[in-house]
Amino acid sequence: MTTATKPDYRRPLDWKHGQVDMTHGSGGRAMAQLIEDLFVANFDNEFLRAQNDGACFAVPSGGRMVMATDSHVVSPLFFPGGDIGCLAVHGTVNDVAMAGGRPLYLAASFILEEGFPLAELKRIVESMARAAKEAGVPIVTGDTKVVEQGKGDGVFITTTGVGIVPPEVNVSGANIRPSDRIIVSGMLGDHGVAIMSLRENLSFDTTIQSDTAALNGLTAAMLAAVPGIHALRDPTRGGLAAVMNEFARQSGVGIVLQEDALPVRPQVAAACELLGLDPLYVANEGKLVAVCAPEDAERLLAVMRAHPHGQDAAIIGEAIADSHCFVQMETSFGGRRMVDWLTGEQLPRIC
Amino acid sequence: MKYIDEFRDGKLARALARTIAREVRPDGSYRLMEFCGGHTHAISRYGLEDLLPPQVRMIHGPGCPVCVLPIGRTDSAIELALKPGVILCTYADTMRIPASGGLSLFKAKAQGADVRMVYSSTDALRIAQDEPQREVVFFAIGFETTTPPTAVVIKQAAALGLTNFSVYCNHVLTPAAMVHLMELSAAGGADSVRIDGFVGPSHVSTIIGSEPYEKFAACYRKPVVIAGFEPLDVMQSILMLVRQINQGRAEVENQFIRAVTREGNRKAQRLTDEVFELRAAFDWRGLGEVPHSALKIRAEFAAYDAERRFDIPYRQVPDPKVCECAAILRGQKHPSDCRVFGNACTPEQPIGACMVSSEGACAAFYTYGRFRSRTSS
Repeated sequence: MTTATKPDYRRPLDWKHGQVDMTHGSGGRAMAQLIEDLFVANFDNEFLRAQNDGACFAVPSGGRMVMATDSHVVSPLFFPGGDIGCLAVHGTVNDVAMAGGRPLYLAASFILEEGFPLAELKRIVESMARAAKEAGVPIVTGDTKVVEQGKGDGVFITTTGVGIVPPEVNVSGANIRPSDRIIVSGMLGDHGVAIMSLRENLSFDTTIQSDTAALNGLTAAMLAAVPGIHALRDPTRGGLAAVMNEFARQSGVGIVLQEDALPVRPQVAAACELLGLDPLYVANEGKLVAVCAPEDAERLLAVMRAHPHGQDAAIIGEAIADSHCFVQMETSFGGRRMVDWLTGEQLPRIC
Repeated sequence: MKYIDEFRDGKLARALARTIAREVRPDGSYRLMEFCGGHTHAISRYGLEDLLPPQVRMIHGPGCPVCVLPIGRTDSAIELALKPGVILCTYADTMRIPASGGLSLFKAKAQGADVRMVYSSTDALRIAQDEPQREVVFFAIGFETTTPPTAVVIKQAAALGLTNFSVYCNHVLTPAAMVHLMELSAAGGADSVRIDGFVGPSHVSTIIGSEPYEKFAACYRKPVVIAGFEPLDVMQSILMLVRQINQGRAEVENQFIRAVTREGNRKAQRLTDEVFELRAAFDWRGLGEVPHSALKIRAEFAAYDAERRFDIPYRQVPDPKVCECAAILRGQKHPSDCRVFGNACTPEQPIGACMVSSEGACAAFYTYGRFRSRTSS
């Protein structure tokens, strides 16, 4: 009997007990196997299957291209309502969508820490694949690096997206004019509070789930109804307050918000009360703020409310002429106060 | 939110505002000091000043623990944090206090110091239990409210026989500071400030009760109304103060009856007495040396006293010259009177401590109120 190696035999990766090791990033067979059996198998599309260094695709004619990138270092990696995988897809899809763009393709870059369980990596990649499929945006190219134990925190993911902005759309934080209306797409602060509830030094029980979601469907519906939307942005780190201040500064206007109109879940309000946080500054991952001319506001609001990701949409304020570019709020108490930029760091590693 | 929203009802607030406006003397002037930073924060955050008639002027007091901590004490905390093997546990507010040499605990952390932000003293104790090979120091600051929890962990550490846990004690006392403010005024001169009544401490009073203010009110002929931290509490207390002033009364009244009794929390007081004793004097930013205004750990618990364990003598460090924190903490100046407010001194790059904590007068005005242009003090 002759002993012959079976042609093309590879011992499958141990998805139950296996761990990432340095060979998975070394450019050898182990890396090729990880890419094929995990990334290509899950993200599965013609560009990845071609196994080239980059994805080559036709550019749709007309309009402008938009490109956005986002790194994800969230801790913990798994949280109520999501994980770093779907978050990495949603984050970049939303950045493209907030430019008024229709996201077309994503690139994903992984930095893995030696010793990271393959089972968890698989869960993350499957979640990414699901999120990309739901958003209708394939992951067409990627990269994998492995760093020594202690030099990373399990997994960091950077995603980059490209999309097309139709010629009639011109969305920018610099387009806002006095009397424009500010609309938010739903409940504020869910993501930040969901992450916070898991942090070891402030663990508390909550039913709050992260709102992480791809918003390209919502923005498509909104732009179809009101192509002249002035500005769009997703209030992630720094929350609504940061976006309002960015808008005010970019457009050289003031903004006045109505505290009574802000949609916040009672559980989120209660958690913030307990921790001394302000929901205005807490991160969201599936919400957007839209600014439009006053005559378009009701129509836009109706379209948003008809979409699953905009059911709780509300008009929360308007732009005013103000050379100081102050963001103010009429409090439910009847007074007025500023809504300033966040100072320092409210919570690190939130996305 | 039940039990919270009721105290933030805008309709009730407007009704109270109308009553206050009706009852103030048209030609009167009511200078009311809210002692606590918690009240300062509520006033700014809910825009209460918009609801008050021009005769009523709120003066921010020194009741912000981060603000009154002198630079020398923060320097010592940083020195401790930079010692090899030490984990310094601290409340978040202290992280950005500007100290000597452009340092802060935040910057010390970037330099490699192991500084951990905790939400309670028990978190610090847990870290000491989890990391027995490290020296864990809890940087304890605050008024009477945060003192009992510090006493609890010192007793627990003793019961557990922990040998790697100690407390850097900076707990200060409210009534002593109020007395000192009045003495400064009575002495006349540059440090004096006219105050017609006090919105009295909220959480502090849940511990010490309303009784300790009685002598103060009688002695200095100033009304004190103990008030909750919710905006309606503050509005109602202002009305109660206006009425006392109009009627020439100087009594201690308790608006915060849902939490404060005359005798306070006896159990917490006993715990505090058991673990701490009065310091002869303590240096306050803005007020200087105030006699019997702070606590130190009793000799019986010396093993848990970081000041004894690490031998860190206190060095007095003067405030930066441009900084008006001292006058602001005494109620003599408004944040907008300070030259560096909003330009060289901002929450991102604070020069003075009043710009650090959200309870600090400067930070509260910068964050919530600076759209109101004002020049007068």
